[in-house]
Amino acid sequence: MQPNDPLLTVRGVTLQYKTPNHLITATYRVSFDVFQGDRFILLGPSGCGKSTLQKAVGGYITPTEGEMRLKGRKITQPGPDRMMVFQEFDQLLPWKTVRQNVAFALTASKKLSAREADEKAMDYVVKVGLEKFADSHPHMLSGGMKQRVAIARGMAMEPDILLMDEPFAALDALTRRRMQDELLRLWEETKFTVLFVTHSIAEAIKIGNRILLLSPHPGRVKAEMNSTTDPRKAAELERQIHEMLFAHEPDEVEHV
Amino acid sequence: MAEPGVPGTTADRPEIFHQDVSGGDLTITEQKLSWFETLYREAWLRKLVILVLLAGIWEIYGRALNNDLLFPTFTATISAFFSGLMDGTLPSAAWGSGKVLLMGYGLGIALASVLTALAIASRIGTDFLETMTSMFNPLPAIALLPLALIWFGLGNGSLIFVLVHSVTWAIALNTHSGFLGVSKTLKMVGRNYGLRGPAFIIKILIPAAFPSILTGLKIGWAFAWRTLIAAELVFGVSSGSGGLGWFIFENKNMLDIPKVFAGLLTVIIIGLVVENLIFRTIERLTIQRWGVQH
Repeated sequence: MQPNDPLLTVRGVTLQYKTPNHLITATYRVSFDVFQGDRFILLGPSGCGKSTLQKAVGGYITPTEGEMRLKGRKITQPGPDRMMVFQEFDQLLPWKTVRQNVAFALTASKKLSAREADEKAMDYVVKVGLEKFADSHPHMLSGGMKQRVAIARGMAMEPDILLMDEPFAALDALTRRRMQDELLRLWEETKFTVLFVTHSIAEAIKIGNRILLLSPHPGRVKAEMNSTTDPRKAAELERQIHEMLFAHEPDEVEHV
Repeated sequence: MAEPGVPGTTADRPEIFHQDVSGGDLTITEQKLSWFETLYREAWLRKLVILVLLAGIWEIYGRALNNDLLFPTFTATISAFFSGLMDGTLPSAAWGSGKVLLMGYGLGIALASVLTALAIASRIGTDFLETMTSMFNPLPAIALLPLALIWFGLGNGSLIFVLVHSVTWAIALNTHSGFLGVSKTLKMVGRNYGLRGPAFIIKILIPAAFPSILTGLKIGWAFAWRTLIAAELVFGVSSGSGGLGWFIFENKNMLDIPKVFAGLLTVIIIGLVVENLIFRTIERLTIQRWGVQH
């Protein structure tokens, strides 16, 4: 792999899944590239297949057409080189403490020995500011804290790419804003690569450096654009994305 | 801008800010509960009171009836219990039953584990387990005893056979439904770590389904205990294995009814100890600590 080659390449991927009565096409011939250190956003309204697309990158769904390659290797099954951070609060193992949850990911995937894993787990628990809760079980934590543990777990694994599926969607607005800031701070520290799914335009602009815009039913690429940190340009970008997404529904107002 | 004094506007209402919010003259922030409330919160104490009341009713009824052959008093039962304890007949009978019970229970758990593992691994395994449980779970274990006696002869072999039958289906059924109930997210997390096969079952599915598995173990234990005592009673003279059922049967033949009651009491006490000490402790150390049951 050359230094300027993309980390993740998605080429003409069509994803379909079956419900009892229908065969549903979630995405149709989607292509994009994610480079090292990208904060790559999949943005679109519900039904555009952005979560399905991410699950496919995670290796849980096999494309019916096209292929996905991570560092040149074809993605065929789930693996610890692509750590997922889910939206649901029940993604932590309830029978393990915060620290054990992070350490278990490292030992279960045979990355580190038990002792090394424990030390590394503690480092990352401190990084997300939960050292006081290291020995608590997940049911004693708030929703925001649980998501922090999930992020610590994902980062401790040092995956090639971190896959985040609307990780802050189930949080209250104040906590969500704090978590977004924290994620950006963590990114400044380690410059990990993240593929982030969201349906909030504001979140996409704030978190991402590159945004893939998907249209619904089935999901097709509508645009791939750069984000900005300049507040005035951000407002302009937000308006532009909003127009592209809701061009046919002028009365609809998005609540962020 | 709305006119001051017009209803429905905020213009005439001042905005209020407080500097330092403290308790002020709020007097009670923490108060000790009264001794009665403190005691009433203890579950074991409440249960003890119920037991004492029941024993009292028993004693009064026994004395009023005044017929040791039909219904011995609580005190007569207790004294028979202690004399049985002292001369060693009750402990050896309990040990005789316990040994067989543990063997049957252990084998039942092993068989249930294999069946549920197969059910998780393949579609056909699931169908097999579902068919077997729907066929055999409603069949009382004791109904198989006559057959078992022909196949395995008189003795522990037949007892263990009916025990395994009574334990396996309850545990397999509960464990399997527990596995099916494990959240999709947790399963995806496990696969994300690269776990599959036996490692996935042991490290993710079993702990996640532990509440159901524990329920299965408890039900299996109760079934086994009941089946064993019933089977020993049916065995009657021929067994000579000397379990608790046999102890009860023998003393009934000798019309030593207080001893029959003492035998029953032993069965109850062992059941209580297993439920309240062993299973409760496991619950406290696992599912309660993990917050999956309160």
